[in-house]
Amino acid sequence: MRATAAGRRFFRHPTAGLGLFVLAFFVTIAIAAPVVAPYAPYYQIDIAHPDRPPSPQFLLGTDPFSRDVWSRLVYGARVSLGIGAVAMLVAATIGTAVGAVAGYFRRWVDTTLMRLVDVGLAMPRIFVLLMAVALWEHIALWALVLLIGLTGWFGTSRLVRAEVLSLREREFVAAARALGAGAGRVIFRHVLPNAAAPIIVSGALGIGNMMLLEAGLSFLGLGVPSPAPSWGNMIADGWHKMAVAWWSSTFPGLAISLVVMALNAVGDALRDALDPRKEGA
Amino acid sequence: MAAWLVRRLAASIAIVFAVVTITFFVVHFAHGTPCGTADRPLPPEVCRQLCRRFGCDKPLWVQYVKYLTALAHGDLGESFGLHRPVADALADAIPNTFTLALAALLVDFALGLALGIYQAVRAGRFGDVAVGNVALLVNSMPVFWLGLVLLLVFGQWLRWFPVGGPNNPVLCPHVDSPYCLLDFLWHLTLPALTLGLVGAAATARYQRAAMLDVIRQDYVWTARAKGLRERRVLMVHALRNALLPIITLFGLAFPFLFTGAVLIETVFAWPGMGRLAVNAILQRDYPVVTGAALLTSAMVVLGSLIADALYAVADPRIRVRGGGGSA
Repeated sequence: MRATAAGRRFFRHPTAGLGLFVLAFFVTIAIAAPVVAPYAPYYQIDIAHPDRPPSPQFLLGTDPFSRDVWSRLVYGARVSLGIGAVAMLVAATIGTAVGAVAGYFRRWVDTTLMRLVDVGLAMPRIFVLLMAVALWEHIALWALVLLIGLTGWFGTSRLVRAEVLSLREREFVAAARALGAGAGRVIFRHVLPNAAAPIIVSGALGIGNMMLLEAGLSFLGLGVPSPAPSWGNMIADGWHKMAVAWWSSTFPGLAISLVVMALNAVGDALRDALDPRKEGA
Repeated sequence: MAAWLVRRLAASIAIVFAVVTITFFVVHFAHGTPCGTADRPLPPEVCRQLCRRFGCDKPLWVQYVKYLTALAHGDLGESFGLHRPVADALADAIPNTFTLALAALLVDFALGLALGIYQAVRAGRFGDVAVGNVALLVNSMPVFWLGLVLLLVFGQWLRWFPVGGPNNPVLCPHVDSPYCLLDFLWHLTLPALTLGLVGAAATARYQRAAMLDVIRQDYVWTARAKGLRERRVLMVHALRNALLPIITLFGLAFPFLFTGAVLIETVFAWPGMGRLAVNAILQRDYPVVTGAALLTSAMVVLGSLIADALYAVADPRIRVRGGGGSA
C-alpha cells in the first residue's frame, strides 16, 4: 500500500518518467556498448581525413583524431556513469558513517567531526582535486574515483547528522537502548533505516555533481587519461577545433547535460515520493 | 551580535589556517620541490641550487614554520616559474576574477529572481513548467561546455562577441579610456553570461519555492483583502520575505563562482586566479598553488560569513535568538 502511494507520488512528477527513460537509455547503451558501437573506441578510421561531419556512416561525425564520436560516446558512458555512481557510493558511505557517529555520540566527537567538515567545505573542491591529481603523477582511474568520492561527503554528513540528532531522541531508540542494544546496533538497525530517504535523495542528486566534476577535471586534462573515452575528455579532445568541427565536443556535452538533468528530475521525484513532508521544497 | 561576530570570525580564521596547513603538507608530500617532474628531472646540481634558494633543503617542520612566519608578514613566497613574488602574481589576477564573478553574480541574481517570481506567479501553468525545465537543463550543463557552445555560436558563427581574452591587445592593452572600458565589457559579456546563466537556473528554482511559500501566507491575503493591486502585493509584501533564502544562496555562490571560474577562465583565456592556479598546478609551481588555495578558501569562508551576517540583519528572529548555529 505504502509502496504504491510512493510510486504514485514519484510518477506524479511531470519529468520523472522522462528522466527514468533517459537514464535507462544511457545505462543500456553503456552495458551494450560492443553491440551498439560500430567501431572500437580507440580505432582511428582515416587519420588523413579527421573531423568528418555527422553522416549515416558516422552518426555523430568523427573527432580530430579520426575516431567515431558515437562509438566513443557509447564507451564513454561506461566511464562517466561508472565514475559518477562509484564516487557517489564512496561519498555517501563516508558521509553517512561520519554523520551518524557525530549525531549519535554528540559532545566532542560531534564537535571534532563537524569542524573537520567545515574545513572540507571551505576548500574549493575542484582545486583540491586538481592539486591531488596533478601532484601525484599518472593517477590511476580507481584512485581518481576514490578522490572524487573522498572530497564529496561533507554535505551528506551534515544532512545525516541532522537526521540522526532528531531520530536519537525518539521513543523507539530509547526502547532499543533500554533493551540493551549497543551503539552499533542502535545506529544501524534503528536510526539509519529511518534516515534512508534523505540519503537516497541526496545520493541521486549527487551523482550528477560527481559526473560534472569528472568532466571538468578531464576537460583540464587532469581527469580520465586520454585515449580512454570519458565524456569530459571527449569535450577536451574536440574543443580546439570547435570552430571547424562542432560535433565532436557538442555531443558528449549534450550527453552529460541530459544525464545530469535526468538524475536531477529523478532525485526530485524521489524526494516527493519518499519524503512527502518536504514536497516541492 | 558582536560576540557572535567575534566567535564566527575566530572560527573562520581557524578554518583558513587549517586549509593552509593541509595544502602545505599535501604539496610537500607530493615532492613539492622545484626540481622538475619524475619524467623530466632537472640535473641534481641545478636542483640543489634551486633548493638552497627556495629553502627546500631544510627539514619539513622548519619550512612550515618559516612559511607561517612569512605568511604572517603578508609574504606568500616566490613563484618557481614566474620569477616574481606569489603575492604580485595573485594581485594581478584577483581584479580580473573579481570583475568576472561580480558580473556573473549580477546576471545570476537579476535573471534568477525575475524568472523565479514569474514562475511562482504562474505556478503550474505553461510558463512555469517551460521556464522550470529550461532552467533544469541549463543547471545540468557542464559550465565549461556551455561556455564553449556560447563561444561557438556568438563568437565564431555570429561574430557578435570576441572569442577570448579580457581586452583587445592592440587597441586597448589597458583600460584607460571610455572606448577601452566598452571593449573590456564587450569581452566580459560571454564569460559572465556563461557563469551567470548556470547560477541563475539554480537561483530561479530557490526563488520560485520561496515565493510560493510566502504567497500562501495570511498576510499576503490580508494585503489583497485591503484592495491593494496584485503587483504591489507581490513586489512589496511577498517579495520582501521571499528574499531571505536568497541570502543563503549568495553565500553558496562563492564556491560555485570559483569552481566555475577555474574552468571558464580556461575556456575564455581570462587572466584570473582560476587560470593562474590551473597553470601553476600543471607546471608544479607550488608556492603559487599554496597561495591560491589560501586565497580561495579565505574567499569562500568570507562569503559564508557575509551571508550569515546579512541573514542576521535581514531576519530579526535570528538576531533575537542570537543563534550562530554551526560555523
